[in-house]
Amino acid sequence: MCEVIVVTSGKGGVGKTTTSANVGTGLSVMGKKVALIDTDIGLRNLDVVMGLENRIVYNLVDVIEGKCRAKQALIKDKRHPNLYLLPSAQARDKTAVNPEQMKKLLDSMRQQFDYIILDCPAGIEQGFQNAIAGADRAIVVTTPEVSAIRDADRIIGLLEANDIKNMDLVINRLRFDMIKRGEMMSSADVVEILSIPLLGIVPDDENVVVSTNQGEPLVGRASLAGQAYSNICERILGREVPIMELEKGISFWTKVSGMFQKRQEVRHGV
Amino acid sequence: MVFRKIFRRKSSKEIAKDRLKILLISDRVNCSQEMMEMIKHDIAQVISKYMKIDTQSMEIQITKTGTKGREAKNPTLYANIPILDLHT
Repeated sequence: MCEVIVVTSGKGGVGKTTTSANVGTGLSVMGKKVALIDTDIGLRNLDVVMGLENRIVYNLVDVIEGKCRAKQALIKDKRHPNLYLLPSAQARDKTAVNPEQMKKLLDSMRQQFDYIILDCPAGIEQGFQNAIAGADRAIVVTTPEVSAIRDADRIIGLLEANDIKNMDLVINRLRFDMIKRGEMMSSADVVEILSIPLLGIVPDDENVVVSTNQGEPLVGRASLAGQAYSNICERILGREVPIMELEKGISFWTKVSGMFQKRQEVRHGV
Repeated sequence: MVFRKIFRRKSSKEIAKDRLKILLISDRVNCSQEMMEMIKHDIAQVISKYMKIDTQSMEIQITKTGTKGREAKNPTLYANIPILDLHT
């Protein structure tokens, strides 16, 4: 059974693409066959985050327009045996595709994959409508800021109106030190406001920037965010994993990742 | 006085939460502040036909009832209208 998951947020820059890349990679590491589709036509980013930008031949619009078959456009990630990326078109815009075409494409791909992850563009215009058209469930990404939460609430309303009932929340970039001081909303505060089930929290972690620089998702690696994304993938697979504990987690994992960083620096001769 | 001010100060998190709660209620019912003013004005006009009310201090607001799940949060319009004289 294939499940199509759309990763969406409303507001830009909250971590949709990072979440898509890490969830897709994580699920493939756990043995599932995964296709990542970048639906942000005109502003493609998932390819660079995945480190596959040099291998693009065909894109989403080519497939939809029938210039090639989906199989030809899907880039196989050599680091992970079960991971494929369908990149978006950079030189086109969102009107090049419509929701019916997206649905048709997804239906043709369902047989070959366990999970299809759709990276949704920011906003609520046609790009959003295209991305959610064929989705079975949604992951709503937000950060603990008023603007992001407001947009997330709007997105949740729109998903409900489009009959996507199965949606979960990922709260990104939490800073435990600020939450402790009462200067940032906690995950409980955000869940109380948005009232949808919590799929996971991702702490603010500089390793995310490092991994994006390298073009290699950090899921599963020894860092706070890497661990958080693994937990999210486990929960998608239906396993029960407790939500990360704040203070304990930070001291332990910063120690571990600190050790790794030092070792890397030695290796690179810094 | 100074002490009271310090102790009463809300953390920025609480401010954010309170602002969001009010904001999202009006977002969800798709109702702007302007529209609320218009509703308030019209309600005052209708009630004024039957009794004398204090239009200056009347208040209306949309609040949510129920706590569990998004569907349970049916917004409700509350009107607080002080009556000055029942017989006009």
